[in-house]
Amino acid sequence: MHAVAAEPAVGAPDGRLTGSRLIYFSSASDNTHRFMVKLGEEAARLPLYTHEDTLLAQEPFVLVLPTYGGENRLGAVPKQVIKFLNVEENRKWIRGVIGAGNTNFGETYCIAGDIVAEKCQVPHLYRFELMGTSADVDRVREGLEEFWTRLSQNKTQQ
Amino acid sequence: MTPDKLKLASHVAAINWNRIQDEKDVEVWNRLVNNFWLPEKVPLSNDIQSWATLTPEEQLLTMRVFTGLTLLDTLQGTVGAVSLIPDAITPHEEAVYTNIAFMESVHAKSYSSIFSTLCSTKEIDEAFRWSVENPNLQKKAQIIESYYYGDDPLKRKIASTLLESFLFYSGFYLPMYWSSRAKLTNTADLIRLIIRDEAVHGYYIGYKYQKGLEGLSEERKEELKAYTFELMFELYENEVQYTHDLYDSVGLAEDVKKFLHYNANKALMNLGYEAMFPAAVTDVNPAILSALSPNADENHDFFSGSGSSYVIGKAVNTEDDDWDF
Repeated sequence: MHAVAAEPAVGAPDGRLTGSRLIYFSSASDNTHRFMVKLGEEAARLPLYTHEDTLLAQEPFVLVLPTYGGENRLGAVPKQVIKFLNVEENRKWIRGVIGAGNTNFGETYCIAGDIVAEKCQVPHLYRFELMGTSADVDRVREGLEEFWTRLSQNKTQQ
Repeated sequence: MTPDKLKLASHVAAINWNRIQDEKDVEVWNRLVNNFWLPEKVPLSNDIQSWATLTPEEQLLTMRVFTGLTLLDTLQGTVGAVSLIPDAITPHEEAVYTNIAFMESVHAKSYSSIFSTLCSTKEIDEAFRWSVENPNLQKKAQIIESYYYGDDPLKRKIASTLLESFLFYSGFYLPMYWSSRAKLTNTADLIRLIIRDEAVHGYYIGYKYQKGLEGLSEERKEELKAYTFELMFELYENEVQYTHDLYDSVGLAEDVKKFLHYNANKALMNLGYEAMFPAAVTDVNPAILSALSPNADENHDFFSGSGSSYVIGKAVNTEDDDWDF
């Protein structure tokens, strides 16, 4: 038997495999990226451009994504995130969403997170503004820890 | 002070929107165009009855707040956004500034629409006279203006971002307050459109500031960071005075200050810096926050919940088409 590098199955979408429990999108403004750096946990960033191959999740994960302030729901979810979630396998592993945004966008504050949460039937766990404050970072770190613990408990009970 | 003439862009070439150096320029241009509005779209006359329920002091306060906002929008439209054009990195950035400048003029004009709907000519003239005579209002405009005429392009962007994302908020507080009490709700709708625009402006100018920092020496970066916080403190002190001038008569000054802290933090974040005011002084009145954004309250914090409603993600039969929205 020959040792071969793992190759995606025939027909599977191209993409880089990731076992990260946090997957996020951040545009060139890097606001969400800065939040993730402050959080200090291992996380995978979605490619900046849609022509690049997307990620393929291998483990349960929470998605962190920003909303940029449109008039309504249309176009609120970044295209790069749509490409990622168009992969059925990725939707299978998503467990929750964290939204970034700006309350100055009124009713559409973090609406991209709402849309993804609704479509994937997972909770919109938390919302923060821009790159988040230190209070947001603490809140998310504690909240996620509890969230993963509860999920694993639910799993063993089943 | 007799300011020097603003300089113009030294070289202009035909702008090619089919060759993009920075995708953010296109993204923000499209966002601004999609967000475009005019005051005529908002049925301000529906607020006439509500206006009549305000006390004379409350009416006076409201008019003064709006003339103060008019001054800032005029400054940003006529000088601020225009002063950023000569130092733009890309031609598309220049085009975005012309869009910002025009929208600031729309904002400035929209306050006059509110006035002409709700107030008499004599009241309007008196409020504008107050705006010329109030030292703290004049001071904040002068501080910002002096940087627009200064020779450091990055400091201009700092001043501009602080104006867009911080200095407006002592004024924006009031229509949000009235809205939370079901007063002047159409006026509040119009102000929300302005707030949305200013958020995109502050985000974009702050982003371009950060692009401008790339490749600079650590020493120069430190100098600009120190300068940002110094300017923030100077403006903040003046803003506190201005807030007392306006709001002491109705007992709201302390509540407004929390809103100032909250927005000062966001202005700093737009420039890529960490928030300065701790959570203990940024606990904005929930009624104000909810007037700003209905999704911003604690009820939307899943982590704060009892946990009883934890939902486990599962594979759903979602078709790719569902995502092509």
